[in-house]
Amino acid sequence: MIPAKFDYARASSVEEAVRLLSSEEDSKALAGGHSLLPLMRLRIAAPTLLVDIGRIKGLSGVRDKGDAVGIGALTRHADVASDATVGREAPLLAKVASQIGDPQVRHRGTFGGSIAHGDPASDLPAACLALGASFVAVGPEGERVIPADDFFQGFLTTSLEANEVLTEILVPKAAGARWSFQKFNRRAQDWAIVGCAVVQNGLTRIGLVNMEAAPVRAKGAEEALADGASAGEAAGHASDGLEPPSDLNASSEFRRHLASVLVRRGLEEAGKS
Amino acid sequence: MELSLTVNGKARTDDVEPRLLLVHYLRDVARLTGTNIGCDTSSCGACTVHMDGEAVKSCTVLAVQADGHEITTIEGLASDGTMHPMQEAFRQNHALQCGYCTPGMVMAATSFLKENPHPTEAEVREGLEGNLCRCTGYHNIVKAILAAAQS
Ligand SMILES: Cc1cc2nc3c(=O)[nH]c(=O)nc-3n(C[C@H](O)[C@H](O)[C@H](O)COP(=O)(O)OP(=O)(O)OC[C@H]3O[C@@H](n4cnc5c(N)ncnc54)[C@H](O)[C@@H]3O)c2cc1C
Ligand code: FES
Ligand code: FES
Repeated sequence: MIPAKFDYARASSVEEAVRLLSSEEDSKALAGGHSLLPLMRLRIAAPTLLVDIGRIKGLSGVRDKGDAVGIGALTRHADVASDATVGREAPLLAKVASQIGDPQVRHRGTFGGSIAHGDPASDLPAACLALGASFVAVGPEGERVIPADDFFQGFLTTSLEANEVLTEILVPKAAGARWSFQKFNRRAQDWAIVGCAVVQNGLTRIGLVNMEAAPVRAKGAEEALADGASAGEAAGHASDGLEPPSDLNASSEFRRHLASVLVRRGLEEAGKS
Repeated sequence: MELSLTVNGKARTDDVEPRLLLVHYLRDVARLTGTNIGCDTSSCGACTVHMDGEAVKSCTVLAVQADGHEITTIEGLASDGTMHPMQEAFRQNHALQCGYCTPGMVMAATSFLKENPHPTEAEVREGLEGNLCRCTGYHNIVKAILAAAQS
């Protein structure tokens, strides 16, 4: 299907993008378009102004920032997957990015788009929660840094204001950390039915895919581990306090089961890494 | 709005609506109907073309996003009447039945081999994740791509 009519403007700087986004109520930023355009084609989304941020210089690429890795919001999944700094300092992200969708999707979709969209079914938000990442956003009042834990609010809802642009993802370096990413799906190319990202760096943090309306951490399992539980025992608490969605792919009950299996596997694999 | 881009090596300028998808631009404006549309959900890969040499799903790119870029479609692969080695490998290995998925498959396969020139069979199968075929069962497509990698 063809999207509903909209006005289109190309921003050449972050400031211009913020100005354009502020100029109309139903404006939306367009990055790779691989979440937004499918929704617009089905007319689930119909913004009146699209602000194309895809050509803003300096928003793509990976920078070594001392104790953190800075990933520009426009960095495409394919480039995250093959980047040497990411591979060395945050190998979990390279692995996650390499499994998103299919090669064509990875050539267009961006890291920032994945985060800003706030889709519980997407993989990078769970990885960012597990890594304790934070997000740099620029709005009319300037720049602010939002920790991943405060970012994902509900279904496709984040703490990003409608006229803020996500510019960079900051990932604390964790070269020695143990990690694992588990993604359960039935067919090639599919999104995760449930997924989990595990990072162990002294403490264990676990991010979950598709286990709530928003990307979430498996707090129950994390707390059990901190209290000395084994991987198997902790995994039994993977969905404590969560209300996983029911849809055509899986019932809420099946998702709870999958989460406990995947978290156990994730903890076991991380333990061996 | 004005759109200037290169399609199969030829520069073009057209006036298009911002909501025009790249695949519709290629088929309806540039009149290159080799690129097919097979789904409404960005899943099937029938619409795969190259944007600056990389496989993309042209149903999930706005034509205006391709402004200033180079697009190659299936029509742009053969040179001087000689089929591209990948097209030839598809022919030799009977890698198509109805042929609907084939332009997208060939474009995905050529982009894939550029990134991974010596793939294993398993890597070829993974590299085709974004392309669906309802006829062949993929077996001969995988065979053709492995043969093209050899040649
Ligand atoms: C067939 C298919 C399969 C997929 N499979 C997976 C999968 O397995 N796992 C997965 O995680 N994802 C998957 N995706 C989604 C893909 O990763 C998207 O590319 C990504 O979620 C969004 O990035 P984008 O650059 O395309 O964003 P866009 O579609 O351009 O934007 C998405 C949203 O974020 C906003 N936005 C984008 N960038 C910014 C920014 N810098 N600042 C502020 N707002 C911004 C937009 O306004 C929009 O609301 C799949 C997509 C497709 C089409
Ligand atoms: S037409 Fe199916 S992916 Fe583009
Ligand atoms: S040959 Fe018919 S869909 Fe592939």
